[in-house]
Amino acid sequence: MLLSIRSLSKAFPGTKALDAVDFDLEAGEVHALLGENGAGKSTLIKCLTGAYRRDAGEIWLDGAQISPESTSQAQDLGIGTVYQEVNLLPNLTVAQNLTFGREPRRFGMIDGRAQTRMAEEMLRGYGLEIDVSRDLGFYSVAVQQVVAIARAVALSGKVLILDEPTASLDAAEVRMLFDVVRGLRDKGLGIVFVSHFLDQVFEICDRLTVLRNGRKITTERVAELNRLQLIEHMLGRELEDVTEHGAAKGSGDDQAQSRAEILHFEKIGRPGLVEPFDLSVREGEVIGLAGLLGSGRTESAELLFGVRSPATGSARDAEGAVAHGTPREAIRSGFGFAPEDRKTDGIIADLSVRENIILALQARRGWTRPIPRAEQNRLAQKYIDRLDIRTSDAEKAIGDLSGGNQQKVVLARWLAMNPRFLILDEPTRGIDVGAHAEILRLIRELTEAGMSVLVISSEFDELVAASDRIIVLRDRRHVRELTGSEVAADEIVRAIAGRPAEPATTMEATR
Amino acid sequence: MSVNPRLYPLLATIGIFIAAYIVCWLQFPYMLSTRVAGNLLTDNAYLGIVAVGMTLVILSGGIDLSVGSVIAFSGVFIAVVLRETGLHPLIVFAMLLSITTAFGAAMGGIIHGLAMPPFIVTLAGMFLARGASYMLTIDSVPISDPFYEALKDAYWLMPGKGRLTFIGILMLLSVAVGALIAHRTRFGASVFAIGGGEHTARLMGVRVGPVTVGIYAFSGFMAGLSGIVFSIYTGSGYPLATVGAELTAIAAVVIGGTLLTGGAGYMVGTLFGVLTMGLIQTYIVFDGSLSSWWAKIVIGVLLLLFILLQRGLLRVTALRA
Amino acid sequence: MKRALRRVLPQIVTLAILMALTSVFFPQFLAVDYQGGRLSGPVVDVLKRGAPVALLAVGMTLVIATRGIDLSVGTVMAITGAAGAWAIASGWGVGPALLLALATGLVCGLWNGCLVAIIGIQPIVATLILMTSGRGIAQLITEGRILTFNDPAFSWLGSGSLAAVPVPIFIWVLTAIAFAALMRRTALGLLVEAIGINRSASALAGINAKVLLIAVYMASGLCAALAGIIATADIRGADANNAGLWLELDAILAVVIGGNSLLGGRFSIAASVLGAMIIQTIDTGILLSGFPSEYNLVIKAGLVLTVLVVQSPNMARHWFLLRRRAQRLREPAPVEGSAPR
Repeated sequence: MLLSIRSLSKAFPGTKALDAVDFDLEAGEVHALLGENGAGKSTLIKCLTGAYRRDAGEIWLDGAQISPESTSQAQDLGIGTVYQEVNLLPNLTVAQNLTFGREPRRFGMIDGRAQTRMAEEMLRGYGLEIDVSRDLGFYSVAVQQVVAIARAVALSGKVLILDEPTASLDAAEVRMLFDVVRGLRDKGLGIVFVSHFLDQVFEICDRLTVLRNGRKITTERVAELNRLQLIEHMLGRELEDVTEHGAAKGSGDDQAQSRAEILHFEKIGRPGLVEPFDLSVREGEVIGLAGLLGSGRTESAELLFGVRSPATGSARDAEGAVAHGTPREAIRSGFGFAPEDRKTDGIIADLSVRENIILALQARRGWTRPIPRAEQNRLAQKYIDRLDIRTSDAEKAIGDLSGGNQQKVVLARWLAMNPRFLILDEPTRGIDVGAHAEILRLIRELTEAGMSVLVISSEFDELVAASDRIIVLRDRRHVRELTGSEVAADEIVRAIAGRPAEPATTMEATR
Repeated sequence: MSVNPRLYPLLATIGIFIAAYIVCWLQFPYMLSTRVAGNLLTDNAYLGIVAVGMTLVILSGGIDLSVGSVIAFSGVFIAVVLRETGLHPLIVFAMLLSITTAFGAAMGGIIHGLAMPPFIVTLAGMFLARGASYMLTIDSVPISDPFYEALKDAYWLMPGKGRLTFIGILMLLSVAVGALIAHRTRFGASVFAIGGGEHTARLMGVRVGPVTVGIYAFSGFMAGLSGIVFSIYTGSGYPLATVGAELTAIAAVVIGGTLLTGGAGYMVGTLFGVLTMGLIQTYIVFDGSLSSWWAKIVIGVLLLLFILLQRGLLRVTALRA
Repeated sequence: MKRALRRVLPQIVTLAILMALTSVFFPQFLAVDYQGGRLSGPVVDVLKRGAPVALLAVGMTLVIATRGIDLSVGTVMAITGAAGAWAIASGWGVGPALLLALATGLVCGLWNGCLVAIIGIQPIVATLILMTSGRGIAQLITEGRILTFNDPAFSWLGSGSLAAVPVPIFIWVLTAIAFAALMRRTALGLLVEAIGINRSASALAGINAKVLLIAVYMASGLCAALAGIIATADIRGADANNAGLWLELDAILAVVIGGNSLLGGRFSIAASVLGAMIIQTIDTGILLSGFPSEYNLVIKAGLVLTVLVVQSPNMARHWFLLRRRAQRLREPAPVEGSAPR
């Protein structure tokens, strides 16, 4: 056994990130590490690479116990890591990146020619024909990935951790990368492969380990497992156990069909983000967007709200074309969007709760027509009460609130606008369980008042409970729409697994 | 083999310099003489030396606003110490260089330690150094030392009767040493790495703190050396001298093709940036009818040109990635 | 109101201490004379001489609130002063000359704003271009001379007085009040703070950051134009070389002393102009107290460092980091999105 981890534990305040996890890696195998958000993958990797210090457990490498305390120490021990966002410097040449920190020197000065030779030597066998004296940034991300791998292998040489290396590559580039990975495997390296693309896992990996909620669920040979079983492991449900959503939903569905369509999106898409998709929005309905991480859920929402402008497609309502190419246009068209990453895209940390609530409303009214202070206070108080935002007062800076309360403030910002179409990306992420139910109830209230809501969530049970219909995404495509009695967690899982329940599989990814 | 794109700004710099020189030569054939060339080096020696330090700072993504004041402080310090004591100028030089290097190192330490923007920290340094030179004297203090006279008159007579002075040679040497440090040492590689992205640099094993201190210490050292050269050039120390030299140096660095946001550039480009700016001045002197303000406008236009060129290059590389 | 007062309290206390200190060395500091229909005395002098920096600080406050900086304001003073003086000298009359000067300031701001907001150059670089080349443009207008003029109405703006109070004081106080009112009585202040704190979240909330950024740089240009008019009117001539020289640094200093973060966000115009008065009090105070004026810069340097160390939130984080380093804890807080929660 090249690398073995025995009952590794790591806790953060409030959460147990890893709970006695075991993990084995053999030389000459590609071992996938899988799990949804918060499963503990990245914590495990960070413990391995020395970015985190473990609380308990043992790590054995080549029969010796190790406890790396920094990335460079892990590197010296033989564990190299390559991340999705290439952690090399695009402004240095390929040769400088490859040899950084170990430049060949003569009389104390870096020997440029020897450096070039050394870099070319390091790249040999990777099938790259590139000029190492050019800036790394000159080359595509795929080439940069391979350069990063070459550096990691040369520096470490035993274990290579690939953390979502394919997330921003196209199909041809993935093939190139996989050739490299296979080559390294055959040379006897142990490779840990983290990816959200299950097709890729089935293509390249020998074994896989699934983590969920900080625990190891299983380790299996890939050949002995099918997609459905894998997804069941990842999501933690046995299909038989899934409670059917049943009849109530069915009648609701008839109602949904009879509702008036308020918005129709056609062929919205952008290369590299999401394949073109159609979306019809009816009055007062909740549309769920389901899919694994990286399937294009958030990207779909961003295209709808104009955060990234769609390359193709159009939107229209009863009155004609609807502009949504930028957030401002989308807002004018009556859209709202509570993004996934609250801290960077949602809250304005130093502003008060009141100011955060009225911000979008104020932006739409224009700067010349300030909302009177009394009205601001009234709005703030109204939403603090209605959403039960826990804050000592409306003037407290939003940055000082808990995650759930911040989320409620962002929601309040959009509710104050009274949009006709509200997009909520992971509205319950990172907030406590009590608040989950409140937010679900709130979504119901909103739709009863006629608002249409699009909800993105990794919590399929929640999605099923909240949605009138669910659109399932896989590999950046909208692959299936579930309506009526199909709105159930097991159907979502099947659709993600790509099991052909119906001919929707013509859209099947062909990786 | 096609030209490496990382060389584009440098080639543009050299190209502009050569084109400008040709324009000057066509109009005033005398411009192409070793005399003019020698004077170009001598007149811009102090600027070239301080720009070498500035280049390293800018390559790391920082900025050093204190250098103009440090040059003035150096001149005043030397003049006053020589007047008050009987020390040999070389000893005074050593004292001065230790002071300015330590001063730079301290600023680097504050920038790293308190995680403050270099802009504001070196602004404080600028006030401090200027204030310190005022405290030494408020008058222009002449330097009369035989050793100084010797340094001032030291030159190598080039063919064509042009004088390559000691301070001109010192500038060329500074550029050479600066180029070695920036492009041929691990310290230099770390500077580029920090300029490319501090976080990534740290992940690649750069010790950001010591390197930052080193960068500003180097800039302080170069500012001190530039102060020595300036005092040789003017034969005096004056606390009001070289006001705004930091901006001229920054402009020279940018016109020299170094990316103002850090991470890309060549030390030799800075030399050409300095010479281009000097050439504009020389041309105005030769012309006689043109006013000096044109120099500022042309430099401004060149600045804009290079900033836009690099922005365009960034965009091109971003599209490829 | 109470909140606003608490915000500027450190500045007021600093100013009071400085004035008290100066009074110790120069007892007549607080004396105000009424002679020949106008007030005079050291305090009045501080208020009058502080006018350019106070005006620049008003515009700079807004620029810094958006996480930017405007290095060109001193140069813009020279350009606008030159433009105004040229117009007067060419016989345009006071009104058109003032309009030309103000319009010139707005155009300069528009230039900076476009470079920052549309082309996307960082503010310090973008405004550096105008800073270096602008004096050349000013000299182009004055043709390298000190362009003098003799127009009582124009010079009244710099050296005249209204109701016994020097006109420049009116100009800066009214400008500060006008901008503060514009920011706080409309929603501008909130929107400016929002883009300074979190531009991406602001854009998602529908704020038009580009237009706001350009507007803020134009405001800075306008303030610089007013300062340029005062400086020009005061000496009855446009000095392209020296008008506003290095005042951008004093303006930034005033904003920093005013407790506004260089990282953008919450701002207070009142605190910034108090900062400008603190700087001017140091200038005048040192002169009057008989200390060599050389001390001035050293004190300023000390002030910058003190303010940064005391007010910067970085400092708190720094101590925190130091403590953490001491505990040899290397892990950053779990990253949002991929870490356990």
